[in-house]
Amino acid sequence: MSKRLFVKGNEAAAMGAVEAGCRYYFGYPITPQSDIPEYLSREFPKLSGEFIQAESEVASINMLLGASACGVRAMTSSSSPGISLKQEGISYMAGAELPGVIINISRSGPGLGGIDASQADYFQSVKGGGHGGYHIPVLAPNSVQEMYDLTMHAFDLADLYRTPVMLLGDSVVGQMKEALVPNPRPVRDLPEKGWAVRGKGGAEQRVVKSLFLGDGELEAHNWRLHAKYQQMKEKECLSEEHDTADAALLVTAFGSLSRIAHTAVTMAREAGLKVGLFRPITLFPFPERALAEAAGRAGKVLVLELNTGQMVEDVRLSVGAGVQVSFYGRPPGAGSLPSPEELFEVIKKHYVQAPN
Amino acid sequence: MRYDVVIAGFGGQGVLLAGNLLSYAALEEGKNVSYYPSYGVEKRGGSATCTIVIADGAVGSPVVGHPSMLVVLNQASLDRFGASVRTGGVCIINSSLVDVATLDRKDVKIVPVPMNEIALGLGDPRMVNMVALGAYVALSGAVEFASLAGALKEALPERNHRFIPANVKAIEAGAEIALGKKA
Amino acid sequence: MQQVFKRPQSLKDVQTHFCPGCNHGTIHRLVADALDLFGVQQTTIGVASVGCSVFLYGYFDVDVVEAPHGRAPAVATGVKRARPDRFVFTYQGDGDLAAIGTSEIIHAANRGEDITVIFVNNTTYGMTGGQMAPTTLVGQKTSTSPYGRNKAKDGSPIRMAELLAQLGGVAFSARVAVDSPKHLMDAKKQIREAFRFQVEGKGFSFVEVLSSCPTNWGVTPLEGNARVGAEMIPYFPLGIFKNQGNP
Repeated sequence: MSKRLFVKGNEAAAMGAVEAGCRYYFGYPITPQSDIPEYLSREFPKLSGEFIQAESEVASINMLLGASACGVRAMTSSSSPGISLKQEGISYMAGAELPGVIINISRSGPGLGGIDASQADYFQSVKGGGHGGYHIPVLAPNSVQEMYDLTMHAFDLADLYRTPVMLLGDSVVGQMKEALVPNPRPVRDLPEKGWAVRGKGGAEQRVVKSLFLGDGELEAHNWRLHAKYQQMKEKECLSEEHDTADAALLVTAFGSLSRIAHTAVTMAREAGLKVGLFRPITLFPFPERALAEAAGRAGKVLVLELNTGQMVEDVRLSVGAGVQVSFYGRPPGAGSLPSPEELFEVIKKHYVQAPN
Repeated sequence: MRYDVVIAGFGGQGVLLAGNLLSYAALEEGKNVSYYPSYGVEKRGGSATCTIVIADGAVGSPVVGHPSMLVVLNQASLDRFGASVRTGGVCIINSSLVDVATLDRKDVKIVPVPMNEIALGLGDPRMVNMVALGAYVALSGAVEFASLAGALKEALPERNHRFIPANVKAIEAGAEIALGKKA
Repeated sequence: MQQVFKRPQSLKDVQTHFCPGCNHGTIHRLVADALDLFGVQQTTIGVASVGCSVFLYGYFDVDVVEAPHGRAPAVATGVKRARPDRFVFTYQGDGDLAAIGTSEIIHAANRGEDITVIFVNNTTYGMTGGQMAPTTLVGQKTSTSPYGRNKAKDGSPIRMAELLAQLGGVAFSARVAVDSPKHLMDAKKQIREAFRFQVEGKGFSFVEVLSSCPTNWGVTPLEGNARVGAEMIPYFPLGIFKNQGNP
């Protein structure tokens, strides 16, 4: 085992990117993710990498598009308002089927909002965000270790499916420090990038584009993208369960809130309540099947989110009509982060003792 | 075992460094740690708070609503967090700057430590955070003192390593006061 | 018999979608000529923009990345940083470069990215049907300035070649026209010059080409070329505004 390091989540993500072989970063400063560009601006020059602090989020996502079109591993990072600006480029990348990693250490809104931990951008992240009806894989780490591991995974997914991939965190997982074991990267079989522009060199012309004007071309393209999303749903769902086997109430939360929820669930167990935790790690593809199974056993689901109710819609779609779904939300803002004790109270309120 | 503590003060008092140091020490001992900072927009003068959880097993929530121990370095932090300490918990208060009487709790142990006076007595007013840390470690037993000394090397940039002996002295001074040996 | 004129190798043998009298075809040819001259066709990555120039990949036989509207200089930046040994150029219209893409062009130029930008200024949004552009002349009627561009409300047309010449990262900035054989020959020369800057690694090079858009101007091809000379050149003077190369 490698030595345990003590680093911030944001730094862990940047380290994961380096380990994944990413050498191109394009970004624009915004709180609370600036540790990522700060780290990479320091490390990339030593690795012959390219770091550009761009004039805007719009420019940085398009620089990513250009570098990615050349077949190199590249990334950007930002926080919610900046991600809004990047949506145009993300849509173009999804349309042109370009890999790339986007780290979103999200903050609260709408508008300028605040810098506190928030899950208000669940919809924006998993439902497309930009125009044209696309999806991108969205990974929601809940620890410093996962900021590292899932960043590496994001680069693999991006190359496997030729798609932008988002790592969705917040100031809790971004700013907190924990032990990090920089595990070596598991080797995955990745396809050749036979589509990347390189200068013809006497061979066939290559074009990276999202414009399809021929009869039926765009429809076929959309169905092909759809098939790709279905394949992701089949193969790439990740989730985690704790104490769900005999649970009479299934608590569901993602990202940083799942950490707080886990402790609350432990408190409930200590109090004799049969409560379990289901935590989606991929928000797209959403782990529908695993959730449906766990929820079917419990018969009752309580969804916790740092917003007024977004993932709860995907939970309802996943579990079907036979399962009772309730919601508890803490919209973002200074001092809004619930404590495990508060969530325990919420759990108690929603828990109904199963009849013996 | 599981230890949790909230350390709070204003920016510039070294609250985050104290939290970092405690975390490094726990990590050195092979424990699991989460260190969760929150601070105001200002670098100095704003509020600075960190929550540290140390556990043999999984840390769980990095956010703690009712800490078993609270260390406050200024009045605003006591006003904000004083009520949150768990019943039976401990509240270590910098009595140099904080009116201890403002904490109306009979269900927690209150330990006033004149941190600024002690630090001044040692010749460096910036050591307030180390005095606080020493008091906390003495009362909680969360980490060994030896680990703290080792952790100073990790937590401090190399150019400040010459201050390590003075820091260790401040930690010891805080511990002694907290344990009542010199009270 | 000796062949004295042929299609440049870098251009595909296809019919273009351009309107009668449009100068894009001519400008494409000049650019392709320069690619051939420097022998960079096989190492070129072009960046297409949004507008009439979007089909770049259909006419140029080089690798192409299509950029969102206005973002070509940012995309080209990413391409060039990833492949510094490749020849990278963008081809952009006036709406693309001088309105929605001003931020990207100014900063790519200011960073001194080692790319070449061909900027086609025809004082209108061609593809979308002749709306007012940032380069539309004062008094010029377009589909969104039916009473003529009003300086008080719409501002003055932007002179990009002069504006960019002010920036430290720009090595070469020129404005040319293709309305007459004489201007065309000079245009050919300056486009080559701009390409030479990149081939020799001398920094950001920029050529603004004044172009006719007879369809949206509502004139014949000949009248279009005449307007370039009579109305555009007096406001958009031809010339080299910056040249940091060694002669």
